[in-house]
Amino acid sequence: MLNYLWGFMIIIGVIVGAMTGKIDAVNAAALSSAKEAIVLCITMLGFTALWTGIMQVARSAGIIDAMTRGINPLLRLLFPDIPDKHPAKEYIASNMIANFLGLGWAATPMGLKAMQELKKLNQDKEIASCDMCTFLIINISALQLIPVNIIAYRTQYGSVNPTEILGAALVATSVSTLAGILFSIVARKLARSK
Amino acid sequence: MKFILYISDYLMPFVIFYIVGLGLLMKAPVFQEFTKGAEDGFKVVLNIMPTLVGLMVAIGIMRASGVLDLLAGAIKPLTNLLHFPSELVPLVTVRLFSASAATSLVLDIFKQHGPDSYLGRLTSVIMSCTETIFYTMSVYFMTAKVKKTRYTLAGALFATLAGIVASVVLTKIVF
Repeated sequence: MLNYLWGFMIIIGVIVGAMTGKIDAVNAAALSSAKEAIVLCITMLGFTALWTGIMQVARSAGIIDAMTRGINPLLRLLFPDIPDKHPAKEYIASNMIANFLGLGWAATPMGLKAMQELKKLNQDKEIASCDMCTFLIINISALQLIPVNIIAYRTQYGSVNPTEILGAALVATSVSTLAGILFSIVARKLARSK
Repeated sequence: MKFILYISDYLMPFVIFYIVGLGLLMKAPVFQEFTKGAEDGFKVVLNIMPTLVGLMVAIGIMRASGVLDLLAGAIKPLTNLLHFPSELVPLVTVRLFSASAATSLVLDIFKQHGPDSYLGRLTSVIMSCTETIFYTMSVYFMTAKVKKTRYTLAGALFATLAGIVASVVLTKIVF
């Protein structure tokens, strides 16, 4: 998909640029953007390393494990069909906590394992189970404590106070996740009553 | 709404303080662990570098040629009705499909309007509460070999919409 999107963006950009007589600007933009991407990555290297470093400390101090266990009551409410202590629940918990802490790359493998376990519980059917729907809706609603990348981008582009959006971001992400939770619970009830 | 700005100032130092403090209490080798974790961060950034270069070049070309302005202009009448800035429509749309393409649009907005402008702040908040719906769904359901996804898309869109509405309202009242 990205192949088409990317190709299309370049083609359209160059054609429109040529038609509007801005081809020299297009030329300059291509070169400066490539350089800019690398400069940005240097800022990001610092921020991401800081964050993943702190998270490694959290892991060794047992904070991440404690959080994973801590959300069990919530999981019982969201996934009434998964038996307690089932591996699916553990993977879901790890995925949610990793996402919450902004460790997206660590979250995805856990999430995929969770899906495989849910598939077993669903007797390998091709129709998604309610648990799968709930898991993905919550996952996509993207509850996140600190959007580390956004802070790095804001710093790179000269924000006076890069972290000033953290409070608003936390409220907004809570709203979207609450909406996702509500939707999942209601949809499950409706699906049952059919 | 001062309170929300206080959260902004204290959140990050508090999280770091809490984690390092607890690490010391648990007698974890905090600095060793930190450097070990920081190494992972390097790998993560190195992995996305090629993607970011490619997409930022594409967005740069679209911006310089005037395509992005044409797009924003074309949808302006509709977005005015919804009280949503037309400049952010490409971002919100792309956000549903690709995280890295959305990132390059975010950077374009920061460059054009500044991260501390209304648009810059709104962009920051929206990006913090949304996910790449279609990408995530296809990867996860492909793993489980599921063909019928039932109400997942509806629920995901509902949550995303709630997040975007909240972002617009919050950005207006907090700053």
